[in-house]
Amino acid sequence: MNTLKDRCAIVGVGETKYTRDSGRTELSMAVEAAKNAIADAGLTTADIDGMVRFTADSTSHSELAAGLGIPWLRYYSELGPLGGAACGLVAQAALAVSHGMANNVLVFRSVNGRSGQRYGSGVVTTRRGQKGSAFTEPYGLLVPGQSSALRIRRHMHEFGTTVRQLGAVCVTFRKHACMNPRAIMHGRPITLEDYETSKMFFDPLRIFDCALEADGACAFVVSSAEAAADMKQPPVLISNATQCMPAEQGRSERGWDDSGGARMAPELFGGAGITPQDIDVIGFYDHFSPVIITKLEDYGFCPRGEGGPFVEEGRIEAGAELPVNTSGGHLSEAYMQGMNQIIEVVRQLRHRSYAQVEDAEFGLVDSGDGSGALVLRR
Amino acid sequence: MTTANFPLPIPNLDNQVFWDNCREHRLVLRRCNDCQESFHPPKPTCPLCSSENLEWVASEGKGKVYTYTITRQPVNPAFRERLPWGIVDVELTEGVHMISNLVDLDPEQIEIGMDVEVVFERVSEEITLPKFRAV
Ligand SMILES: [Zn+2]
Repeated sequence: MNTLKDRCAIVGVGETKYTRDSGRTELSMAVEAAKNAIADAGLTTADIDGMVRFTADSTSHSELAAGLGIPWLRYYSELGPLGGAACGLVAQAALAVSHGMANNVLVFRSVNGRSGQRYGSGVVTTRRGQKGSAFTEPYGLLVPGQSSALRIRRHMHEFGTTVRQLGAVCVTFRKHACMNPRAIMHGRPITLEDYETSKMFFDPLRIFDCALEADGACAFVVSSAEAAADMKQPPVLISNATQCMPAEQGRSERGWDDSGGARMAPELFGGAGITPQDIDVIGFYDHFSPVIITKLEDYGFCPRGEGGPFVEEGRIEAGAELPVNTSGGHLSEAYMQGMNQIIEVVRQLRHRSYAQVEDAEFGLVDSGDGSGALVLRR
Repeated sequence: MTTANFPLPIPNLDNQVFWDNCREHRLVLRRCNDCQESFHPPKPTCPLCSSENLEWVASEGKGKVYTYTITRQPVNPAFRERLPWGIVDVELTEGVHMISNLVDLDPEQIEIGMDVEVVFERVSEEITLPKFRAV
């Protein structure tokens, strides 16, 4: 049984500015975000004795340790694949802290995702015809957006989900970005009409349906709940952390209806001692808008097939019953591979978001297509 | 039409027989002799029961379009000369899915549920890709 409940906390969060062209190295941004997180916690770099990183990150543990003037780390670890690591890294940090392998673990991600290698072009994700990709890439299935389009097209066919419902997600998150000065799309609202006339990329997905590739870095510090109680910020407890790695599909090529979120939900909420109805705010990994609709279904916020009407009725907007991605998310704040969603939910639970959910107590965050998830608690 | 700019399959010991058959214009699937299920892509053991007791069986080569997408922007240099580009997920009568393309059809005509059958497209000395056409 998963016994992580409330044993650790996220005690400090930090970011760089999110831009389209940082003009800096990923290492230099990692150092800035890490220093911001450490200072936010009221700690010093000397307090950091553990570090976990994305396997996909170009910055190594030892480079960032040197950048922060930390002579050595007691605990280090990393997690792949590609973008879906953030929540699983929090789990690793919490495991290390709760078992005494480290006191304060730094979690970081730094990426020139716009001015450097762009995930959306497939250069990062292609396996050049080897192994399983021999059966997909020769047909031109090369970039992540195409897979997302295949899945939502089937969802539309089975449940009547519409492009206007995808548009509702995009317009909502843009509205949230306009409340958040850190968002790249701050000050640039869109209407459903703008959405419907925007450039089509992976039919039925338009440009606004795709994550906003960006340059930037995020970091946070995980410590014990006990230590957190005496730190500078109101502690945000890790009420649970779960992961899910589905087997490569054998019989059906795309197992979109067998999602990580649906697999994790019982353990995730059960271990935290809550139900989905207790969640006040959500940070979903929105690499593409359709996943917002399917994740609401996967985690049990609405029945299968009803995610489309759920978003169209405005229920995920700031101020409504279940605000999702209140900083603008990957679609409109920046594509920081799930790290910025964790930071925003921490802000919500500190009651310091620009789009504050009143009395927010429980937050849900996830990574990738449901590769990991957290319940965070004030 | 050539797919030279998309990555070509790099056969390995688990799937060489599949590609050898494609070259002879035969579509074959891996089938498990223990749980009797077919699967694709080929793997060394059954993904449902882990059995190593597998055989190659001929597929009927018929199925329906399960889902599709049309790429409309040159997000990758390989697409520059070939937009709009349709990609389909075909559900074969044997129950397995294959990612593929439909030949001899305007991508705008693709529909979920469309009946399709396999055709073969030689793209190199070694590689012939199974594709599909509407029937
Ligand atoms: Zn079997």
